[in-house]
Amino acid sequence: MTLRTVVVDYRKGNLKSVERGLAAAGADAFISDDPAAIAAADAVVLPGVGAFADAATTMAELGQVEAVRAAVEGGAPFLGICLGMHLMFEAGEEHAPEGGPLPAGLGLIPGVVGALPRLDEAGRAYKVPHVGWNSVEYVAAGPEAEPGCAHQASSTATGTALWAVPPSEDCLSDWAHPGSAPGPNPLFAGIPEGEHFYFTHSFAVPDGPAAIARTVHARPFTCAVQVPGHAVWGVQFHPEKSSDAGAALLRNFVRLAKDAR
Amino acid sequence: MLTKRVIPCLDVKDGRVVKGVNFMNLRDAGDPIELACRYDEQRADEVIFLDITATSDDRATTVGLAARASEELHLPYCVGGGFRSVADIRRMIAAGADKVSVNSAAVADPTLITAAARAFGTQAVVCAIDAKAVAGGRDRWEVYVAGGRKATGIDAVIWAREAARRGAGEILLTSMDRDGSRDGFDCALTRAVARAVDIPVIASGGVGELDHFAQGILEGEADAVLAASVFHFGELTIRQVKEHMRSFGIPVRL
Repeated sequence: MTLRTVVVDYRKGNLKSVERGLAAAGADAFISDDPAAIAAADAVVLPGVGAFADAATTMAELGQVEAVRAAVEGGAPFLGICLGMHLMFEAGEEHAPEGGPLPAGLGLIPGVVGALPRLDEAGRAYKVPHVGWNSVEYVAAGPEAEPGCAHQASSTATGTALWAVPPSEDCLSDWAHPGSAPGPNPLFAGIPEGEHFYFTHSFAVPDGPAAIARTVHARPFTCAVQVPGHAVWGVQFHPEKSSDAGAALLRNFVRLAKDAR
Repeated sequence: MLTKRVIPCLDVKDGRVVKGVNFMNLRDAGDPIELACRYDEQRADEVIFLDITATSDDRATTVGLAARASEELHLPYCVGGGFRSVADIRRMIAAGADKVSVNSAAVADPTLITAAARAFGTQAVVCAIDAKAVAGGRDRWEVYVAGGRKATGIDAVIWAREAARRGAGEILLTSMDRDGSRDGFDCALTRAVARAVDIPVIASGGVGELDHFAQGILEGEADAVLAASVFHFGELTIRQVKEHMRSFGIPVRL
């Protein structure tokens, strides 16, 4: 089947590599900024460069926030990349106006995106931005990853209904239900633990039950997430710039997305 | 653990690689994209295209090059040289470059860094600094611009700190004393800058043999090491360099 996969254009640069990576992975990928096209796509990829506040503002102005949420709540598989993963959360501190409320994200996952710590536990300073190829460790899915427990992780409880709703019966396959299968999340299927991916960022998402992989820079942080029970993922690194490992991850996403549709 | 990057640099003029290239089995040794693809296969961590073209007509060629690179490379790449404005940078980013490096124009007007970081994010803005030891001055280096032809009187460490404060995401630091010398990086310069800023520093200029790469990391305290001719002439492969670095306990992606 063809998977009409929209790469959401929120006017922040390099989308072609993402589009080409998805096409090579077997998707029928296209770039669009049009809310109608986004809402109607089979799958949605939110790429990322730039800062949270600017991106959130642009997406809101272009009507893309509602379009992406509508697509995802309608069952469209989703992948957020770098800033695109940050935007899956409720809010972000990057370039937030002083004294005002934090800019809001899509709210697919509870929590606030904050600055990467610069110091490790021993007080040694690390360079930020975190730039380069870093290894990725998988987070074992435990009972805390069950959707029913999700609300406990949210202090603000403004996440979308998606987070609270248990997966429907027809998506209770092992790919969609991280608690049911040992080993890495299916997004990382066939990729050895410890493989390197290309990162470039200064902010990071909070830890929580959505975490499926972590990496270490000064301290361990969550570098990949899944909304439990849903074909909705985010990665901090850039799979489209991560050589063979990145290509394998995009192939996994496209395969899982096709299964989910 | 974050690995230390090995970065081949391609000097490009009129869309062609300059500096000698003696790479085996290339259909077109002067084609920057074909050469970069070869480095991609060798697991280079990144590639930098340095545009040494002077005129704006030729700049269009470089934008086209960036677009081709985004189609054919599966690793991040930076384009440097000749950016005067945010509009120049926007064209290159829109063509597909992951980052741009700014040099002379940023020295002339440091707000270019601020504006570019605001527009494209800190991660997209590399500040390139060409530095030369001050005669008779101990551990002092001066910033040069215009391809190393013009002294500025600015202290390299102070400029690096200002560039970081203004939103540069990385410093690409070239020692003019060592560039082309094959004597190894200026580790004192590299270390002085690496310790002065909290953003990554790429060491450049002077590599002639394997040990130099590890010295740049261990003695220079750089986060990444850049070389050109040792790779282009086929003297060393990326893999050889990384394996040698690993033998010193430096984390690399093999």
